[in-house]
Amino acid sequence: MAHAETHDPNTPLEYRSETGRLNILGFWIFLGAEIALFATLFATYMVLEHRIADGPSPGELFEVKSLLIQTFLLLTSSFTCGLAVHEMRRQNVKGLITWMAITLGLGLGFLYFEIEEFLHFIHEGANIGTSAAWSGFFVLVGTHGAHVTFGIFWVTMVLIQVAKRGLTPATSAKVFITSLYWHFLDVVWIFIFTAVYLMGMVTHNG
Amino acid sequence: MKWDEFFVTGDPMIYGADVSIVLTMVGILFYLTKYKKWKWLWDEWLTTVDHKKLGIMYIVSAVLMLFRGGVDALLMRTQLAVPEAKFLDSQHYNEIFTTHGTIMIIFMAMPFLIGLINVVVPLQIGARDVAYPYLNAVSFWTFFIGAMLFNISFVIGGSPSAGWTSYMPLASNELSPGPGQNYYLLGLQIAGIGTLLTGINFLVTILKMRAPGMTLFRMPMFTWSSLVTMVIIIFAFPILTVALALMTFDRLFGSHFFTLQGAGMDMLWANLFWLWGHPEVYIVILPAFGMFSEIISTFSRKTLFGYKAMIWSMLLIAGYSFLVWVHHFFTMGSGALVNSVFSITTMAIGIPTGVKIFNWLFTMYRGKIQFTTPMLWSLGFIVNFVIGGVTGVMLAMAAADYQYHNTYFLVSHFHYVLIAGTVFACFAGLIYWYPKMFGYKLNERIGKWVFWVFTIGFNVCFFPQYFLGLDGMPRRVYTYSEESGWGPLNMVSTIGGFMMGIAFLILVYNMYYSFRYAKRETTGDAWDGRTLEWSTPTAMPPFYNFAKIPEVTGLDHFWRQKQAGKVEKLKAEDIKPIHMPSNSGVPFIMASFFFVAGFGMVFDWMWMAIAGIIGVFGTLFYRSFEYDDGYYVSVEEVIETEKISK
Repeated sequence: MAHAETHDPNTPLEYRSETGRLNILGFWIFLGAEIALFATLFATYMVLEHRIADGPSPGELFEVKSLLIQTFLLLTSSFTCGLAVHEMRRQNVKGLITWMAITLGLGLGFLYFEIEEFLHFIHEGANIGTSAAWSGFFVLVGTHGAHVTFGIFWVTMVLIQVAKRGLTPATSAKVFITSLYWHFLDVVWIFIFTAVYLMGMVTHNG
Repeated sequence: MKWDEFFVTGDPMIYGADVSIVLTMVGILFYLTKYKKWKWLWDEWLTTVDHKKLGIMYIVSAVLMLFRGGVDALLMRTQLAVPEAKFLDSQHYNEIFTTHGTIMIIFMAMPFLIGLINVVVPLQIGARDVAYPYLNAVSFWTFFIGAMLFNISFVIGGSPSAGWTSYMPLASNELSPGPGQNYYLLGLQIAGIGTLLTGINFLVTILKMRAPGMTLFRMPMFTWSSLVTMVIIIFAFPILTVALALMTFDRLFGSHFFTLQGAGMDMLWANLFWLWGHPEVYIVILPAFGMFSEIISTFSRKTLFGYKAMIWSMLLIAGYSFLVWVHHFFTMGSGALVNSVFSITTMAIGIPTGVKIFNWLFTMYRGKIQFTTPMLWSLGFIVNFVIGGVTGVMLAMAAADYQYHNTYFLVSHFHYVLIAGTVFACFAGLIYWYPKMFGYKLNERIGKWVFWVFTIGFNVCFFPQYFLGLDGMPRRVYTYSEESGWGPLNMVSTIGGFMMGIAFLILVYNMYYSFRYAKRETTGDAWDGRTLEWSTPTAMPPFYNFAKIPEVTGLDHFWRQKQAGKVEKLKAEDIKPIHMPSNSGVPFIMASFFFVAGFGMVFDWMWMAIAGIIGVFGTLFYRSFEYDDGYYVSVEEVIETEKISK
């Protein structure tokens, strides 16, 4: 555990400690594993998509309005998350916390509409046990939603630490890592948006 | 659920196991209390983040699991020794082959190798610990708890019986009712978390923690093999995580991923399982290759032949390992084109593997070979592994595979690669690095007995199985008829199996004997080694490994220093305070919550599962708020530990 601290003023705070650098690299690699995890879920869904037994097809029940609201909320939250890290780089704790709080609010909004959509599907007779296709849908999209939920708790915890301790190499590395996580979930959503919803609706509506 | 459903009842052998488990527990509790060892256990082991201690705990667990899996194997061989034997009924036999396979791969081979990687790799790269010492403890404890959860199945609730591959629909609720299959799903899931974290931890450790001067192409071959293995783990284990989760959903929450109802697809499980499962094979063989490279080079007194070719062939093997999975089910209707593609990729793996075999041979060529026990295991590996490899290429031919599939020919093949590859390497590595871990060598004379009894027993056990397979004996049958004519060869095979069991007992005796009588090492260089782990002044490195981080100038740096007579003596003025991570009890507690969650899921007691999961997240958040920057070891303490005279 060598402690070669870098003091170049151009080095972002989160990269100034050895631990910070190691943790950020490790988290990038963890995201590599997450890509493998989601890739498996996507592959599973694509294999099972048309195996609908006696139930409705996913494309039949998807609704554009809810989808666009969710997409808008999550994509915007990724932007505000970026602004939060930008404020962190300017040493502006208040700006960081404000933008991150907005990010969390948008994330909560996304979850609200996602849960509402799930309840709607269940009401229409499509739940996890309806068919292989719906099992695949709920587990893929649900895993993403569970990640967002975990992210909201995690970011909250990190923000409490920033509020208590200010911006240090340790807390800023934590903020930066949660931001990587948040952007990653956004990227996954873009794939869900395209491969699950758009493709599903296109297939259903010809 | 009544108590006689909760506990497994009705079999005298199980009652015997119950009694021995209770007695062992009571014995351990008694010992710890009587000799006031509780605090020692907690401070030195349960809360440790030292990679060497975690490695030793991995290895101890793996040896225990080798015993458990070995007993399973001997029970099976006893049942199969004669036709129509009544020793085990079919259900019991199914459970035993399932736990044998699962335990040997997941809870024996992998932790054994990861244990050796833990002990050796940070030392080989000249580091004081891994990149994330705390995470390393989390890895160990989740593995350990996963293994324990899986192992209690045979006395509580009943063991899984759908084979270690757990093909659907056999593993479904309809055909495998009860908690048995859930144990498989949850035990592997929890242990898999630990493995993935190990993958990330050691990848970053090897990339970022190397001593100054040690470029990638100056790393010892075992470190290289670990690096490649970690990359495979990072991309393969998430697939297992998903596959296990989907089957858990099918069994507990009524989804239809792999079921026959609801338009599920049973072959999807087979594909996902082997998409992880084949890379898994290379996860357990590449570190073995790395160890053999170190040992053969050390005891041939020569630099490894074809260093770069070794690395490139490992990278090729790692890439190919993701492209061959269909060969596990050529007969399950993939069609001629798909089968041909996977047939070719499978055979192609033989090429880089062959390169490695020739490199080992050329390393020995004109070397001054010392026939120490680690070297004997390495030589035994080359001969026996090639037999396994050649039969592997036979199996790779899709058309011919229709003949071999699901027969004892296959059983023999994968035991020839996994035992002669992985298990021989575990023994060789354990003996080779034993003085690094415990400060003395295992007795060489007894060690040679172990080698010969085991290797002869291994061939007596498995060579006849090739012929049983060619004669049509299917795998996983619990008995066979007199008329089949398979009796005599099965008897021979059983005798070989018991020889391996005896060899294991001699190995354990050797540990005891050497503990009592072996000469203690006075230097850190027990075998006249080549790599940095041998450069520590004391036999067992202190907890901070290196008082002064070495500077590396090339491959086999320590060896060349010795040849040039320029081994640096440590001087007091070189010592600076050393930063080390603090111990933590959180990983152990977190893993205990994992146990609660897993046990609840196994029995479908959701209140318990949820309580456990809340506990896991609680420990995660607790850790997030804990700002512990470790501590510094003072210069005086280092000087005293290193016994430097001023």
